Amino acid sequence: MPASPARDTSRLLMDRSEPGRVGAVLPPCDVPAQPLPDSALLRDRLDLPEVSEPEVVQYFTALSQLNFSIDTNFYPLGSCTMKYNPKVNDEMAFLPGMANIHPLQSSQVSQGALELLYRLQGFLGEITGLENVSLATMAGAHGELAGMLMIRAYHQARGDAGRKKVAIPDSAHGTNPASAAMAGFDVVDIPSDKDGSIDLEALRAAAGPDLAGAMITLPSTLGLFNPNIVEVCQAVHQAGGLVYGDGANMNALLGRAKLGDLGFDVAHLNLHKTFSTPHGGGGPGAGPVCAGPALRDYLPSPVVAQGDDGSGYTLSGPPCSIGRMGGFHGNFGVLVRAYTYIRTLGAEGVKAISGNAVLNANYLMQALKDTYHLPYDRVCMHEAVFSADWQKARGVSGLEIAKRLLDYGFHAPTMYFPLIVHEALMIEPTESETRQTLDSFIEALKRIDEEISSDPETVRQAPHSTPVARLDEALAARQPDLRWKPKA
Amino acid sequence: MTLPGQAQPRLSDGAFQSHYIPNTPADQADMLSTLGLSSLDDLFQDIPKGHRNPPLNLPGPLSELEIQQELGSLASRNRPLGSGPSFLGAGAYHHFIPSIVKALVTRGEFLTAYTPYQAEASQGTLQVIFEFQTMVCNLYDMEVANAGMYDGATSLAEAALMACRVTRREKVALADTLSPAYRQVIQTYCQGQDIQTTTVSAAAPDVDEATACLVAQYPNHFGYVEDLVSHAAAAHNKKALFVVSADPTAMGMFRAPGQYGADIVTGEGQPLGIPPSFGGPYVGLFATRQQYVRQMPSRLAGRTVDRLGNPGYVLTLQTREQHIRRERATSNICTNEALYALASTVYLAALGKQGLRQVAELCYHKAHYAASRIAGLPGYSLPVSGTFFQEFVVQCPVAPAEVNRRLLERNILGGLDVSDAVPNGMLLCVTEMCSRQDIDALVDALGEIG
Repeated sequence: MPASPARDTSRLLMDRSEPGRVGAVLPPCDVPAQPLPDSALLRDRLDLPEVSEPEVVQYFTALSQLNFSIDTNFYPLGSCTMKYNPKVNDEMAFLPGMANIHPLQSSQVSQGALELLYRLQGFLGEITGLENVSLATMAGAHGELAGMLMIRAYHQARGDAGRKKVAIPDSAHGTNPASAAMAGFDVVDIPSDKDGSIDLEALRAAAGPDLAGAMITLPSTLGLFNPNIVEVCQAVHQAGGLVYGDGANMNALLGRAKLGDLGFDVAHLNLHKTFSTPHGGGGPGAGPVCAGPALRDYLPSPVVAQGDDGSGYTLSGPPCSIGRMGGFHGNFGVLVRAYTYIRTLGAEGVKAISGNAVLNANYLMQALKDTYHLPYDRVCMHEAVFSADWQKARGVSGLEIAKRLLDYGFHAPTMYFPLIVHEALMIEPTESETRQTLDSFIEALKRIDEEISSDPETVRQAPHSTPVARLDEALAARQPDLRWKPKA
Repeated sequence: MTLPGQAQPRLSDGAFQSHYIPNTPADQADMLSTLGLSSLDDLFQDIPKGHRNPPLNLPGPLSELEIQQELGSLASRNRPLGSGPSFLGAGAYHHFIPSIVKALVTRGEFLTAYTPYQAEASQGTLQVIFEFQTMVCNLYDMEVANAGMYDGATSLAEAALMACRVTRREKVALADTLSPAYRQVIQTYCQGQDIQTTTVSAAAPDVDEATACLVAQYPNHFGYVEDLVSHAAAAHNKKALFVVSADPTAMGMFRAPGQYGADIVTGEGQPLGIPPSFGGPYVGLFATRQQYVRQMPSRLAGRTVDRLGNPGYVLTLQTREQHIRRERATSNICTNEALYALASTVYLAALGKQGLRQVAELCYHKAHYAASRIAGLPGYSLPVSGTFFQEFVVQCPVAPAEVNRRLLERNILGGLDVSDAVPNGMLLCVTEMCSRQDIDALVDALGEIG
């Protein structure tokens, strides 16, 4: 029996509900009571818990302690850029003049917010070389959908609606094909070549008059910069298509290369990755869309414009906008954090991010490549992708190695992605970790490799030190239990 | 753009050092030597030379003190809702938020975790999602709810797409009382797949055999409660789904859409403990019937057991999702706005059964008090009849834009101009945050303006 039932996380809110307990007190009604509507319109039961305020705080605090997080653990989850999230960024988003403003209030009384958004559009346009920016999209995949709808609208406006195909490398994130499909396109898979770059010949073969465009992640999800990227963009353009850039991996490129210079027409950024806004356990994020000349008129609404008559900043819609992507103007609170981050760093700081993120990844790669198979042995960008197939041959899978890392206090790398690497372990250290942390992580991975020889069962049964042991995902899918229900 | 920036921070030897990056120049040199390289630039040789190290024109860096001053200055040019009487709603609402909501959502263990792919290291986030799913089901009286969507508008758009998948039809009927912003987002989402959207009268919705769903809002964009019984019948008679976007605060008082036969219920989670924040981040609520669970977008947390038989939580039914199914996924969405799903869960836990009802009743009584007083002013009237919750339409004697301008001179934030739908119409919102004094100040000001 746990010492404190209020902190015992095995009891859900409804389990701890006691009639009559309240967790918040509201003021009395200070206007005369008004006649209520017909009782047929009113609800007779509402199943919410009845718990006191201390119980709420104790329960959720206890829950929080079951998580790994950047603040508590090294979190080298590849492709997710789990860097330190500066606390001042949160503080700025919580200022009453930021957090407590209504999205529909007159621009006259929201000039500070609009100016911040206008400046951020400028920063992101400068960083990507795609100078026209809409901040309205609320996640990376949301930006992808907007970008692909822009490409669709562009071809339609030119009377070229027969372009139905989108070329996507086989290393792409699953969101790329899913977003292309939502935008009405058919996906053509493009293989990678032996160096992990896009197979240019396969791309050229797919680049016919029905090609609408390509979706390219740079650096690729293998953590590699495609040296042929300019030729890739040219091949798409020569066929009449446009190039979409998935900016998930921009942490590697900050200040080192601009997508617009390389030939991209439109790209999204993940502010929750590259620009350090907290992931929150799965959002909120922000996925602004940056466009070059071909697509700027199609950006989602709204964008912030500056009146040339000194009248201040206003929200407006680009002339051929694909429309509105969300209820209001995007995830403002996230945008405030990203603005604060970029302002704090300046140009040299922004460039130091990519330099140190790439250095840390290469340092890990070099130290581990004799122990874990490195399928593409060349200088990597912000992340290193290993294969656990040497360990698999000795009877332990990549998944089991990842779970064992949790016992060492490290979050696992991304597993089994990209799909083209067998038993993939994708490690992204970011720039915000110390060399000492990297060394201890290297040490842990080497020790696990030794354990596979000396004590394989311990690795196979991992994790052992987490709040729960290995969970049965198959059971969860076979017998979905998706909400609390009263005991029968 | 020229913005102030201090001189770059420097170590004593002149090298750059950011307080967010631990590596010193000495660390870098040591680490580079293990790679046989001499400079950071050597790591970027794969970038074509002509495109490497482009000029980067960003304003200089600021110290934390300076950034606080700059943001403070920008914030001071915005009018926060708490700084005077405010009557603007229309999709984002000013409600009381208990202090514990911010205290809990800013805990680093929640704030700086990723999506809970590694379930054993993410039980906190996963159990919160399970609690959230339970609460959304109970609020709306539905059988299953997902882990959250971007916001109320995108949640509704995804519901329309899901209805098309379920019914294999390609037309969506939107009630004419739906929020214009929601309508626009649905249209954006539908354009890629050539799904047709039509507008139908909320008073007598015309649903045909080609229609996948009837979409209505509860209360509607103008604040009024519609006849959901006849809406559901109109949809179901043609084997279309009935999709409802419902304000969660109203659920403290009004019958849940599930009791009216709704097939998919969505909502804007912002009223549940999330500050208005100029439009985001919020969280979209999404619930449906058990039979459609495999057609749902977004994450789902499920309860299972671990190797030792103890209960635990995982993300489940992932074969619906993009990282498994790629172009055949139910949606491209990955983000469930988990932090704000947490905020809503904490809010609903704190308010509980009694508190949510009290909030709803405070809004109802105050809005009706305001409406009855404004209706008594010469020149003003309430042109829409029927039951409303916390929002209602007032017909003004002069253009609402002019009324709002003159209210703002008195530091009162007026309502949304809906004169495109109702001549000289203004949509006013009164929540528990408006005191009687605020309401009386509004009434007095309107009297002077009219």
